[in-house]
Amino acid sequence: MLHIKCPHCGMRSQNEFSYGGDATVKRPELNKEISDQDWDNFVYNRKSLRGKHWELWQHLSGCRQWIKVERDTATHEIFNTLKANEDIS
Amino acid sequence: MAQSFRLENAGLINREKKISFKFNGKTYYGYEGDTLASALIANGVHLIGRSFKYHRPRGFFGAGVDEPYAIVQLYRNGETEPNIKATEQELFEGLEATSVNCWPSVNFDVGAINNFLKIFLPAGFYYKTFMWPKSFWYKVYEPFIRKAAGLGVASIKHDKERYEHKYEYCDLLIAGSGPSGLASAYAAAKNGAKVILAEDKSRFGGSLLSSEVNIGNQTGKEWADSIISELKEMPNVIVKNRSQVFGYYDHNMLVMTERVSDHLPKTKKFHPKQRLWYIRSKEVIISSGSIERPLVFGNNDTPGVMLSSAAKEYLKVYGVLVGKKPLVFTNNDSGYETAIEFIKNGINPIVLDSRKDPKSEIIDEAKSLGIEIKFSYVVVAAHGYKKVKSADVAKISEDKEQLGDIENIKCDCICVSGFWTPTIHLASQSGNKTKFNENIDAFIPGKSKQNEKTLGSANGIYTLEETLKSSFEAGYELSKKITNNDNKVSFPNVVEKKSSVHDKFWCVPLPKGKNYKRFLDFQNDVAVSDIQIAIKEGYRSIEHVKRYTTLGMATDQGKTSNLNGLQLVSKIENKVVPAVGHTTFRPPYTPVSIGAIVGREIGKHSKPTRKSPMHYWHEKNNAIFVDAGVWLRPRYYKQGDENLFEASKREAKNVRTNVGVCDVTTLGKIDIKGPDAAELLNRVYTNAWLKLPVGKARYGVMLREDGIVMDDGTTTRISENHYHMTTTTAQAANVLSHLEYYLQVVWPDLNVNVVSTTEQWAGAAIAGPKSRDLLQKLFPKSNVSNEGLPFMGYMEGDLFGVKARIFRISFSGELAYEVNVESDYGNFMWEKIMEIGEEFKIQPYGTEALSTLRIEMGHVAGSELDGRTIPYDNSLEGLLSKKKDFIGKRSLSREAFTALDRQKVVGVVPLDKKTSIPEGSHLVKDSNAPLPNPKLGYISASCWSVEHDNPFSLAILKDGKNMIGEKLFVMSPLKNKVIPVEIVSSHYVDPKGERVRS
Repeated sequence: MLHIKCPHCGMRSQNEFSYGGDATVKRPELNKEISDQDWDNFVYNRKSLRGKHWELWQHLSGCRQWIKVERDTATHEIFNTLKANEDIS
Repeated sequence: MAQSFRLENAGLINREKKISFKFNGKTYYGYEGDTLASALIANGVHLIGRSFKYHRPRGFFGAGVDEPYAIVQLYRNGETEPNIKATEQELFEGLEATSVNCWPSVNFDVGAINNFLKIFLPAGFYYKTFMWPKSFWYKVYEPFIRKAAGLGVASIKHDKERYEHKYEYCDLLIAGSGPSGLASAYAAAKNGAKVILAEDKSRFGGSLLSSEVNIGNQTGKEWADSIISELKEMPNVIVKNRSQVFGYYDHNMLVMTERVSDHLPKTKKFHPKQRLWYIRSKEVIISSGSIERPLVFGNNDTPGVMLSSAAKEYLKVYGVLVGKKPLVFTNNDSGYETAIEFIKNGINPIVLDSRKDPKSEIIDEAKSLGIEIKFSYVVVAAHGYKKVKSADVAKISEDKEQLGDIENIKCDCICVSGFWTPTIHLASQSGNKTKFNENIDAFIPGKSKQNEKTLGSANGIYTLEETLKSSFEAGYELSKKITNNDNKVSFPNVVEKKSSVHDKFWCVPLPKGKNYKRFLDFQNDVAVSDIQIAIKEGYRSIEHVKRYTTLGMATDQGKTSNLNGLQLVSKIENKVVPAVGHTTFRPPYTPVSIGAIVGREIGKHSKPTRKSPMHYWHEKNNAIFVDAGVWLRPRYYKQGDENLFEASKREAKNVRTNVGVCDVTTLGKIDIKGPDAAELLNRVYTNAWLKLPVGKARYGVMLREDGIVMDDGTTTRISENHYHMTTTTAQAANVLSHLEYYLQVVWPDLNVNVVSTTEQWAGAAIAGPKSRDLLQKLFPKSNVSNEGLPFMGYMEGDLFGVKARIFRISFSGELAYEVNVESDYGNFMWEKIMEIGEEFKIQPYGTEALSTLRIEMGHVAGSELDGRTIPYDNSLEGLLSKKKDFIGKRSLSREAFTALDRQKVVGVVPLDKKTSIPEGSHLVKDSNAPLPNPKLGYISASCWSVEHDNPFSLAILKDGKNMIGEKLFVMSPLKNKVIPVEIVSSHYVDPKGERVRS
């Protein structure tokens, strides 16, 4: 079970969180023309990366905040966590 | 029966307390502090089971967790449990156990014929033989194998025992209470760290219990006792015996089973049988010790052949002799310790040492005690069927290839010692890359990946002095890192005997003309010849050899066999062991009962149960409940002998003719506040929300980004910047997360707050032609006329002093309202509605009638909004705004979603107007078409229409738009039904929506 540092609450066990996918995907702006391919990439196409990866988690059974977690998908090592409104450097 | 193998004085058992127990129906006696194994050996019982494949007789091989043989079926307090190691099971009054894997009895086992057929049962036998003919597999082979094989019977009864889970945090978890565990725990605890010390056995001390050493001015055991009693007194230390740390998971999470009650005849009231500990520890010390390695020779699986360390433990801890004519066969000094214990207790052992001329203090001591020692000697084969009777021994050449003349020595046990294998399982599970240590011919932990440190013999350190020194140091250093304290305890001086180096020899060659089975894996019956076959057949990877031969795959997971298997493969392949590598260690280290893993989350506790504030009223009024997500909802209210069908028909009909009330508390409710609330709704829902006036509700549908319908519901504008959203019961939690995601991650600029208020409001839906009359009486001061409260209107009302929210919304095709009050007043509201509704012939209705009403009017719900349908499919395309963007809109222009013959919801009526249509059935054009019959659609929901008095269903049908009036067939192969049907509009009741607006 992972140990995730919620930027709002501190170290908590994984079972308080739910996984929310790739944090680097940006939703296309509303009311803007977008090609089929670009939309397809946003909705469906994800890289299954091995190694360091920024992902979204929600502290569901805690503060309910969505957070960004930098995790190694192979070793589960967590390097960094950020609030949802903080930019990945 | 006398305990003829019990010594008068030795051992740590309590001779004051005699305990009776039964094995295979026969009564025996042992003492408190015995294991089932030690008590049986004390009674001279050495035949305990049969082996897995050849059904060869099985005795005892070890004295603890590494035991491959002595697996029994246990009976305790009316329950039975398989896969219990007799070497671990503590004796209690009335214990009953039986042998497994034998029929009809352990003494006469029909399956033992496999032993004589063993030439036909080589490695990969199952793969090779039972594949042909194909049909034989499940008819003949599998049932036979299942009956013959197996290590006990799982109980099919519900397990009444209680199992608990516990979460714990600490600075330092120490697995194993041998010298390294005790020393590091003591040093760390004295330095202020929060320590958990876990010991698998009932007694603390590990090897100190059976070795002849002195620490300070105490014996090893006295020192262990004093350390433990001091640790137990310390508030920052948890000391647990009967507790096995079996798994090392990510981020220093370890899991341990505590066998709280397994050593008692009966679990005490309010106590668990076992407790599963989830321990998150900042640092971990693995002091799990090492397991003695067997030596391999002919018939080395005969009962009476056992590890020499086990023989010593039985003697020192339990006061039990494993034999009275022992042969000790060793390649290192450990065998001498056992021999010395024998001679001290009046038994004359013979020691065979494969080494030519070893010299050490302990060998000198053995010599001075007069023990007969034969150097450069090996056991070639054991003889005896159910117990060792003699051994063929021979001198061995220096290159270990040639045997001298065979001599036969009478003996009743052979204690083997092939040196020691560190128990590196936990370290390896943590991600530690192990390394091979040539000095001990075994793997030890390498570089740590997580915060763990392996100490003592688990790390390949076999002198007590070095072990204690490094462990005191590690306990101090690790605790200092965490607590910043600097209290160092002084290191005691140690007296122990120095050992000489072990012999790398471990597998005795076969004598000429003999074809003895030499076993590596004692539980799965894997012999040297099986590995040879596997390699001859081309298996190279150790992982493949393991799976082909089943080496190390039994319930003991190869604790005594893996390393010898590796040594053999590397010898045949002419490689060094590290080049062959070892198979992966995975948790659990020992079998863990399913009950412990499940814990208390069983049956109705597997998920929380939520009840509405009106639950007890429903209960009192004969409601039959149904699970709706985590909620309990009334399915129907039973009157007299009614069944579900009759009751739901009555309730639905009463809504259509009079008025009904339904508990809708379970609907998800979300409070939305903020200046940008309307903008959020406008983006989340498919229809327009910016112009919704205060005091009005609107129906909305929300999509996922892929265009699939996520949920539907109404949202009401309570005041300028305040909205009340409802969701379906099932999607309540997901919708809240969905909104939070967009607000926090995607559009953080929107100034809106959302919070769940599902439990804050109790809800009652009042539906039926007389609902307005009832409402007027409930709220005499409010104007609830069609003008005062029009369809989709909202107002606040005063329900006899209780503030209420009144929504005019309908999902039943009737004039209907929903009244919400604060949850604490839910029951008050309900009783008022029932009391005042009496004159209007009100009846409560449950989810079954609720379904009937919504199906009849063609209102789509969970069975249509099933994660596979888009708005068009549900005839919700009218709610798609063309003027604005919303979540998922772009996906709706996908080619498949705009196809002209796209599926659509329709109504289905059987032509005979009688036959009920099973949900999930398929719609086809021709019921006699050859299979696979092309499927046009499926039935999503069925009911008995109370309006038309015939069955009615909703279906999702290909090209549904153009299918109205078509005649098709409903086919349900599961129910063996073919029903001719007509496709009609999904709006079977009030198609124009006149009633709801009346």
